Amino acid sequence: MLLLQQSGRELPDRQTVAPVVWMQAVIDALCELSSRDPLTGLSNRRQFELALASEVDRVARAGEPALVLMIDIDHFKSINDTHGHPAGDLVLKGVAQALHDCIRPMDTVARFGGEEFAMILPNCAPPFGLAVAERVRAKVQSRAVAIAPGQQVQVTISIGGAFAPQWVRSSAALWIARADQQLYRAKAEGRNRACLEQPTVSLVSAEEKGLLFGTSKFAELE
Amino acid sequence: MSSETASGAPTGPETSTARRAKITAVTSGKGGVGKTILSANLAAALAGRGQRVLVLDADLGLANLDVVLNLYPKVTLHDVFTGKVDLEAAILPAPGGFSVLLAGSGLVEYSRLTPEVRDQLQRIIDTLAPRFDHILLDTGAGISDVVLYAVSLADDVLVLATPEPTSMTDAYATIKLLATQQQRRAIRLVVNQVGRIGEGRVIRNQLQLVVDKFVVPMLPEGSVPPLLELIGEVPLDPGVREAVQKRRLLLELLPGCSAAQAIEAIAAKLAP
Repeated sequence: MLLLQQSGRELPDRQTVAPVVWMQAVIDALCELSSRDPLTGLSNRRQFELALASEVDRVARAGEPALVLMIDIDHFKSINDTHGHPAGDLVLKGVAQALHDCIRPMDTVARFGGEEFAMILPNCAPPFGLAVAERVRAKVQSRAVAIAPGQQVQVTISIGGAFAPQWVRSSAALWIARADQQLYRAKAEGRNRACLEQPTVSLVSAEEKGLLFGTSKFAELE
Repeated sequence: MSSETASGAPTGPETSTARRAKITAVTSGKGGVGKTILSANLAAALAGRGQRVLVLDADLGLANLDVVLNLYPKVTLHDVFTGKVDLEAAILPAPGGFSVLLAGSGLVEYSRLTPEVRDQLQRIIDTLAPRFDHILLDTGAGISDVVLYAVSLADDVLVLATPEPTSMTDAYATIKLLATQQQRRAIRLVVNQVGRIGEGRVIRNQLQLVVDKFVVPMLPEGSVPPLLELIGEVPLDPGVREAVQKRRLLLELLPGCSAAQAIEAIAAKLAP
């Protein structure tokens, strides 16, 4: 109960409501508590993984596109080192708020661990992927975080993204690994940028098909 | 079966004769081009050349090697995965003198590449490799994670295509993925259902042309360009349909037909 009180969640007055109503409120509050990151209020890693598993099922079933973004705050360690851990926590909260302001109700944004965040964007079509990731990146960059009265820091993020293979049943772990790979690429290319996995590899472009069938006749090769 | 495994090479890693099977993945992108029929008959042809051959039904989601071979096993990979039976119990003798490890149709839950599926496939192949000369991995249709993973376990990959544009496109997509994501540089090609001998060579050249133009620039600079090696063309042959309908191996039912001869020729290339 102490845990619930500390979480700041309000429960109905035990004396005035029916026991079953009160118990349901406690259960709801505990469920909520177990799915949230206490510092940022975003989904926690457990909740993220549940959402990701069901998204994998959905894209395999419905063939809809879906994008996962892995997000990491650039040079977060130096913020902690320079301004102290309380300032670091404020930066985490500020970035979390900025990320939260970017998403649609159907999306999931989670604190993945440390200064790493993750987003699931269901029904996000590949042509829009980079624009979406770029918008998220710009939003965080544009918002300075107050870490003390009159003192603000500006942070940037690196983003790696990968789409779920649409006609294939993938695995959540592989999907994250692919997005992570792009995050490494974003870091390596200088940070404060978004890199998405090139989705064209498994697709065959019109140019390739043209060469395969159209432009050169089989007979010419013989 | 026990006699067959017992007659195999000693399994201890300390033996100097611990030769490892050549593992070949048979894949195609598009379904219905004859992967399973080729795998089964190629296995029989290799067995006929004195090779110890295992076909592993790596089409975990929608396996049908059992149907092609007219085998209705009580024990499948499913039981091995769930720990119900020992791996040995699931290795069955197939008509044609080779061994099979069948997936059965209860494996829908394994059509996803979970770490468990990954480990199980790796473990099975590691366990069995010393006992056979050839292991053929009959993969599923498409280019799913499971298919790509099964291919990644193989020494050689054999891409099967037919002259149909849809099959050629999917074969090309598969080749592109294997070259860019698995760094495959040698890819073997079999063209099935050709109208005349020579058509396979034309298709191989056409695929190579597109690979050179579009795939090579995607590879890291200085990479060896992927090379497609045509190792067989199997003529369109009414005998194949007959064998499938009778649930018999083509090589047993109609050993003299043109498709059977072509498969024998592929076996001769794989096991000279």
